[in-house]
Amino acid sequence: MNHVHDERELAGIAKRLRRDVIEMITAAKSGHPGGSLSATEIMVTLYWSVMRHDPKNPQWKDRDRIILSKGHACPILYAAMAETGYTPKDQLNTLRQMGSIYQGHPDVRFIPALEASTGSLGQGLSLGIGMALAAQLNQSPSRTYVILGDGEVQEGQIWEAAMFAGNRGMDNLVCIIDYNRIQLDGFTKDIQDLEPLGAKWQAFNWHVISVDGHSIPALQQAFAEAASTRNKPTLLIANTVKGKGVSFMENNPKYHGSAPSAEEAVAALKELA
Amino acid sequence: MATRTRFEVKNGVATREAFGQALVELGRVNPDVVVCDADLSKSTFTAGFAKEFPDRFFQCGIAEANMVAIGSGLASGGKIPFVSSFSCFVMNKGFEQLRVTAAFPNVNLKVVGTHSGISIGEDGPSQMSIEDLSLACSLAGFTVLSPADEFSMRKLIRAAAAHQGPVFIRAGRIKAPIIYSAAEEFEIGKAKVLAQGSDVTLMATGLLVAESLLACDLLEAEGISTRVIDFATIKPLDREVIAAAASETGAIVVSEEHLADGGLGVRIAQVVAETAPCVMEFVGVRNTYAESGTPDGLLDKYGLRAVNIAGAARRAVSRKKK
Repeated sequence: MNHVHDERELAGIAKRLRRDVIEMITAAKSGHPGGSLSATEIMVTLYWSVMRHDPKNPQWKDRDRIILSKGHACPILYAAMAETGYTPKDQLNTLRQMGSIYQGHPDVRFIPALEASTGSLGQGLSLGIGMALAAQLNQSPSRTYVILGDGEVQEGQIWEAAMFAGNRGMDNLVCIIDYNRIQLDGFTKDIQDLEPLGAKWQAFNWHVISVDGHSIPALQQAFAEAASTRNKPTLLIANTVKGKGVSFMENNPKYHGSAPSAEEAVAALKELA
Repeated sequence: MATRTRFEVKNGVATREAFGQALVELGRVNPDVVVCDADLSKSTFTAGFAKEFPDRFFQCGIAEANMVAIGSGLASGGKIPFVSSFSCFVMNKGFEQLRVTAAFPNVNLKVVGTHSGISIGEDGPSQMSIEDLSLACSLAGFTVLSPADEFSMRKLIRAAAAHQGPVFIRAGRIKAPIIYSAAEEFEIGKAKVLAQGSDVTLMATGLLVAESLLACDLLEAEGISTRVIDFATIKPLDREVIAAAASETGAIVVSEEHLADGGLGVRIAQVVAETAPCVMEFVGVRNTYAESGTPDGLLDKYGLRAVNIAGAARRAVSRKKK
């Protein structure tokens, strides 16, 4: 797919995807808006200006892979896949309904263009390592991008995977932590603090970049730095705001996992107009 | 008059060793075969593959959950990964990963659990896998294999590699009696009738196939016509052979080196209930964990011998007459 370079155009796409997220979750009457809105710029940057992929040929062998390990944020993934042409846009509002391809968590049985079925936290980085190893064996230029939630980093398997990729110096692997600082039960620092987060990954032999996760130019630069980093996997700590773009959802743990009411949705869409 | 095939029960190599040999042979003909292990490659016999194909072997360290999901990722990337560890570790520590990254998306992952059952011996119950078949069978879409000897293991490893979809293969630590000839062919989903008979059927898997053949000799000497069937495939079960045995012999004993609750026995009982209900008896580990000991001593103490199987068969035959 041709990349979009115009910054204003990318910002416009991000706003459109945020609207899709609000509409989908409102129609479904359940879902996870906060972590979808925090990951919006990450998703836009990857799909429109970083990844080598072809919506017309989703099984292209040398495509870059993207795994949304924090599967509950699938509304933003579905919005991006629909906008780029992988899946039908007019069915987005069937999210979470029986028979919908837009399942409550990503499910490859319904969308074969997905790289992985996710939803049980902690597993995406290991899957990404497997895909990146296969690319190395195939001498493919394919790069693998794995998006984790910050709460997800509390899972032990993440650290097994971090150790493996760091020790192997897997420079075709990029992990992005959507560091929105909120998880279901409250603020991450109160539940089980991750800090010092960057130092921990550096100690596991990762190249660590801390970046404003809502600045598309900053994300583009970080992904370019990752691509030119040799013999180390890269971790992007994307500092984000949960519920970004909708004032009453921002930094509000309530919107980790609850849908807006009809009135709230109207207010949210007005802010995203 | 029932026809009977004789099998010589003599010591062969352990099924884990046969797995290791088959893996190397497979590696030579199929460049997509890759292997992951979790610091037990000398025990699981994946070390041979690691030596010959170092670029296609991934040492994951003692991190089974990570290993299983890496295997699933390799499968998604077009490889045919075999991930291996002791059965108790890969199944128990990797179960959730097997469920979410392999079973649910129907990924082409092959999982080999060695050191199954209580016959691992001295290491004791923390290392013994007596619930692996139950766990593996509870993964929707998984094929579950449990070969009894080196020749069936070799053939079924090839069949597993050729099969599209997730497969669990159970292997043992100790030398396994040779049941088959090297030329015997095996098909996933097909049980092997090793002895024909009309009074009772002994169904078994793994090491207890040989014990069932020995039990068959004991029973035949008493005039009890005994059928013996090897279930090298636990899932999907060979329903036809079960239904025929149930209706033709009217009495079935299922034996396994596994908890009697949840293994081959209850799976066969389900098929019997659905086809031709008959008297059944079960030989397995009964609601307990074993202990350290010699493999032979443990098989004796926990009642997994020919004499126990023959006893269960006599009970079944007498219940049938009532």
